[in-house]
Amino acid sequence: MSGHESTYKPNTGIEKWLDDRLPIIRLAHDSFVDFPTPKNLNYWYTFGGILAVCLAIQIITGVVLAMHYTATVNEAFGSVERIMRDVPFGWLIRNIHMVGASMFFLAVYVHMFRGLYYGSYKAPREVLWLLGCVIFLLMMATAFLGYMLPWGQMSLHGANVIINLFGAIPLVGEGIQSWLMGGPSVGNQTLQRFFSLHYLLPFMIAGVVILHIWALHVPGNNNPTGKEVQDVEKDTIPFHPYYTVKDGFAIVVFLIIFAVFVFYAPNVLGHADNYIEANPLVTPAHIVPEWYLLPFYAILRAITFNIGPIEAKLLGVIFMFGAIAVLFLLPWLDTSKVKSMRYRPVAKQFFFGFVVACLLLSWCGASNPDDPVISMGEDKLVVSYTDVAGIEGTRVFEEYAPAAQFRDEQTAAGATASLAVQAAPAFRFLHLSQIMTAYYFAYFLLILPILGLRERPKGEPDSIHQSILGHDAPAAAPAE
Amino acid sequence: MKLFRPLLVGLGAMALGLTAHAAGGAKHAHGPDEGWPFAKVPAGQLDSESVQRGFQVYKEVCSSCHGMKLLSYRNLGEKGGPFYSDEYPNANDNPLVKAIAAEVEILDPNPDENGDPVYRPAIPADTFRSPYPNDQAAMAANGGAMPPDLSVITKARGHGAEGEGASYIYSLMTGYKDDKIKTKVGEDGLNVNYIEFDDGETVGTLTQPTGLYYNPYFAGDATPQWDGDPRHVPYGGFLAMAPQLPEGRVEYIDGTEATTSQMAYDVAQFLQWAGDPKQGQRKSLALPVMIYLVLLSILLWFSYKRIWRNVAH
Amino acid sequence: MSASDTTAPEQVDEDRRDFIHIATIAATVGGAGLVAYPLIDQMNAAGDTKAASSLEVDISKIPMGGEIRVLIGGKPFFLRHRTPEEVAAAVNTDVAKLPDPESDEDRLVQLPDGTRNPAILITSGACTHLGCVPVGPAQGSVGEYGGWYCPCHGSHYDTSGRIRKGPAPSNLPVPDYEWVSSTLVKISL
Repeated sequence: MSGHESTYKPNTGIEKWLDDRLPIIRLAHDSFVDFPTPKNLNYWYTFGGILAVCLAIQIITGVVLAMHYTATVNEAFGSVERIMRDVPFGWLIRNIHMVGASMFFLAVYVHMFRGLYYGSYKAPREVLWLLGCVIFLLMMATAFLGYMLPWGQMSLHGANVIINLFGAIPLVGEGIQSWLMGGPSVGNQTLQRFFSLHYLLPFMIAGVVILHIWALHVPGNNNPTGKEVQDVEKDTIPFHPYYTVKDGFAIVVFLIIFAVFVFYAPNVLGHADNYIEANPLVTPAHIVPEWYLLPFYAILRAITFNIGPIEAKLLGVIFMFGAIAVLFLLPWLDTSKVKSMRYRPVAKQFFFGFVVACLLLSWCGASNPDDPVISMGEDKLVVSYTDVAGIEGTRVFEEYAPAAQFRDEQTAAGATASLAVQAAPAFRFLHLSQIMTAYYFAYFLLILPILGLRERPKGEPDSIHQSILGHDAPAAAPAE
Repeated sequence: MKLFRPLLVGLGAMALGLTAHAAGGAKHAHGPDEGWPFAKVPAGQLDSESVQRGFQVYKEVCSSCHGMKLLSYRNLGEKGGPFYSDEYPNANDNPLVKAIAAEVEILDPNPDENGDPVYRPAIPADTFRSPYPNDQAAMAANGGAMPPDLSVITKARGHGAEGEGASYIYSLMTGYKDDKIKTKVGEDGLNVNYIEFDDGETVGTLTQPTGLYYNPYFAGDATPQWDGDPRHVPYGGFLAMAPQLPEGRVEYIDGTEATTSQMAYDVAQFLQWAGDPKQGQRKSLALPVMIYLVLLSILLWFSYKRIWRNVAH
Repeated sequence: MSASDTTAPEQVDEDRRDFIHIATIAATVGGAGLVAYPLIDQMNAAGDTKAASSLEVDISKIPMGGEIRVLIGGKPFFLRHRTPEEVAAAVNTDVAKLPDPESDEDRLVQLPDGTRNPAILITSGACTHLGCVPVGPAQGSVGEYGGWYCPCHGSHYDTSGRIRKGPAPSNLPVPDYEWVSSTLVKISL
C-alpha cells in the first residue's frame, strides 16, 4: 500500500547517511521486505516473480550472446553455430536464451490468465494492467526480432511475412514496409537493425516492469477473493519472508521445467527449418511462427472474407492487432462490480471457454487451414470429360476401379477425361479458427460487458480475512 | 486447482497440433529398434565407436557430394568427438586428427606472396573440404539439385526432439525401394523404372522420373507419378540422391560388417554428433543440474512450510 | 506494521535461525555461484581461436638482411634473416651492460640436431613499451643499433631484438617456437 508507513530503520551510520541522501535501501525495504501482502495469494500469483527471473535470465544470456554474435547475413548463421561449438559453455548459454523465450511467454500467459480470472485489471488497477499490456507487446516485438537473428529459413521468411502485414495498411503501408526493411527486401540492413532493436527492447521492458511494480505497489496486490485489504493486521503479512520463500519455491519448480527443455530437448520448442540457412529463393513448406504467437497468427488467417470495402488481407491485420488492442480496453469493458470469477458462476464458465478458445486458436495456427478437423464422409473421385462432340460432363465415384474404368472408356472413345479427388465436406481448421476468433472477440466485447450487468454473484466474502477463516470452517465466520 | 483441468486439456490439444503439421505426406521416420544411445534419459551418450565408423562412411561416401562447412578437422579430436584422446587435450596435436586432415588437399584461404592460390594438405584447424567450389558447381554436377550441407542436418530435420533428426537420416538411407524397382520400355523407347504397390488401399504403379529416386521418408508429393487411387498415394517423394549404402559399400577399419542398416546407423550417429558436438557435455551436466534443482525445491518447500506454519491462509 | 495476528515477530526471527533456512540459503547461494562460472568462462578464448594460435612458417624464403612479418592469432611476429655482420654485432655485445641482459644465443631455439641457426632470429613484433609495432629493414629504418626502431616513443632495438635505448623496459620476447625441419618453424602463442 502506498499509504503504509515506512518501517525501515537504518541500523548503522553509513545506512543513515545514505538514507538521508538517497533512500534506496528504504525503497527496497518498503517494496520487497515489509510490503503488506494479502495472506491468501495462491500459486498463480507467483508468476510475477517467475517473470522477473525470466527477464533477468534473458538479459544476462542475451548480453553474453551479443559478445559472440555477428549480425551479417553471411555470418549470422555460422556465428550462432560457433557459439554452440567453440565458445566455452556457449551451447548452454544459447540453449537457455532460446528456451528462455518460450518459458517467458509460458509464464506471461499464465500471469495474464490469472489477471483475467481474478479481475486484477479492475479499478484501482487499470494502469497496472495497461502497463502489463505494454510489456506484452514489447515482449512480442522482442521475440520476433530475436527469432530473426539466427538467420535460418524461418527467420527470414517469418520476418518477410510479418513485415508484409504492414503492406496491407492503405496508403502508407508500402512506405512503412520498405522503411522497416531498409530496402526492397529483408536483407543485411534489416538484420542489423533488428539486432540493434533486439538489444534495446529488453531494457525498455525492464523500464516498464519498474513502472508495473510501482503501479502494483500503489493499490497493493489483488488477491483471489478480489476484496481489497480492509485491515492490514488481519488481511496481510509482510512480503518477506512469507512471499519470498513461496515465490522462491515456485521459481525453482519453474526452473526444473526450464532445465528439462534446456538439457533434454533444447530444439523441441523451435522449428527445425530454422537450422537451414536462410535462402531468399526457397520458401519453407509451412511458415509457422513460434508457438507463443500461434493464436494471433490463427486470427490473422481466419479472416478470409472482405467486409464492405475492406479487403481480407487488411481485415486480418486489423483483427490480429485488435486481439491485442482489446486487452487495453478490458478494464472498461468488464462492467461487473465483483472482481474475482470465484464468485461469478456464469462468467467463470465463459472464462474457461476463453482459455480453451486460445488453446484451440494455437492449434489452428499450427495447422494447415484447409486440413479437416472432423471429416464428414469419404473423399470421392470425380471424372471430368469432354467428349468428341465437345460436351462436358462429370461423374462422381466412390470406388477407384469403376472411376478408372470410366475414364479409360471415355479416353478410348476419343474424349479427354481426367480424374480428380473431391474432398469430403469437412469441418476445417479455417472454420474452427473463425469460430474461435469470434468467441475471442465476443468474450471481451459482448460477454464481459453484458454479463457484468446481469449476473448475480454468489458467495462473495466480506473480507480477505473472512475468506481465510472459511477455509477451515465451512460455516462462514461472522464478519468482524 | 479447478483452473488446472482445462489448461491441461488445452496443452494436450496443443501438443497434438504441434505434431500434426508434419512434412507433407512423408512417412514418419524411425530410429533403430533398440533406440538411439544418445537419446536415453537421463544421461545417454553417443556411441563413439559408431561415430568413428560413421565418419568413415561420411568420408568415403557422403563427402563426394555433401560438404560440412561448420566442421573443422580439429573437432574430430576435441572432447566429445570421435577421435578424442586424453593424451592430446589439444586436438591440433592429435596425430590421428593430423593424419586425417593431411589426407585432404585444400585451397589455402591465403594466397602465396605472388597472389597465386596455394593448394596444401589440410591441418586440424582447417574446415572440412567442400566437394564443390561453389553452389552453382554443386547444382550443375547434380542435375540442378543442391546436395545440402550436412553440418546441422540432424537439427534441420524432424521436430526437435532428441534423435528425430538421426532417425530421419537412418530411415532415409535404409528406406529406398531399390529392390522393388522394375524396368519396362516406355512409349519413347527409353527405359522407364517403376514400382508396383499392393499395400492395403495403396494399389497401383509409381513411375520413377529419370534421375530421381523414390523414398517414402523424403518430403514430397508422388501424386503426378501415381496411377492408382489418388486418395491413397504412397508416402514420400522423389529425391536426386541414388541409394548410397548397398551392403559392403565401405570396409570398416574395425571389421564391423557393413550392412546397409549398420552404415545408416553409424552415419546417422556421426551426423548427430556433428550437428551438436557439445551434446555429450550437455548430457553430462544435465543430471547434476536436475538433482540440484530438485533438492533445492525440496529445501524451499520445507522452508516455506516452516515459515507459513502459523499463518492461516 | 503488518505482522500477522497469529505469528509473533519473535517466531519469525527464530525461524530464520532454523537449519532448514540456512541450508536453503546456502544451496541458493552455492547454485548462483556455480551459474556464474559458465558466464565468466564464456569470455575465454573459443575453440576456433585457440586452434588458430600456431603457425608453421617456411624460413627459406626470407631474403638475406630482410624479414617477414606474420600474424598469429592477430599478434605480429618478426622472422629476420640476419647478415653475418648483424649476427656478429649481436654476438659481440657486452651483455652485462644491456638494460635487459640476455645473450644472443639465449634468444635462439635449438634445431632438432641440437645446433642453432644464428642467421634466423624470431621475435615478437610488439614493442615491450606499449605494444606498438616497431619498424625494421623493410620500412627503411632500423634504429641506432641496426635492429628495429619503434616510432611511437623512440625505442631502439639491436639486431638481436634487445632493447638498447628508449622507454621500452625489456627485449622483444622470443615466442614459443620449434624447428619442424631446417627450413620450417612452428610458432605457437
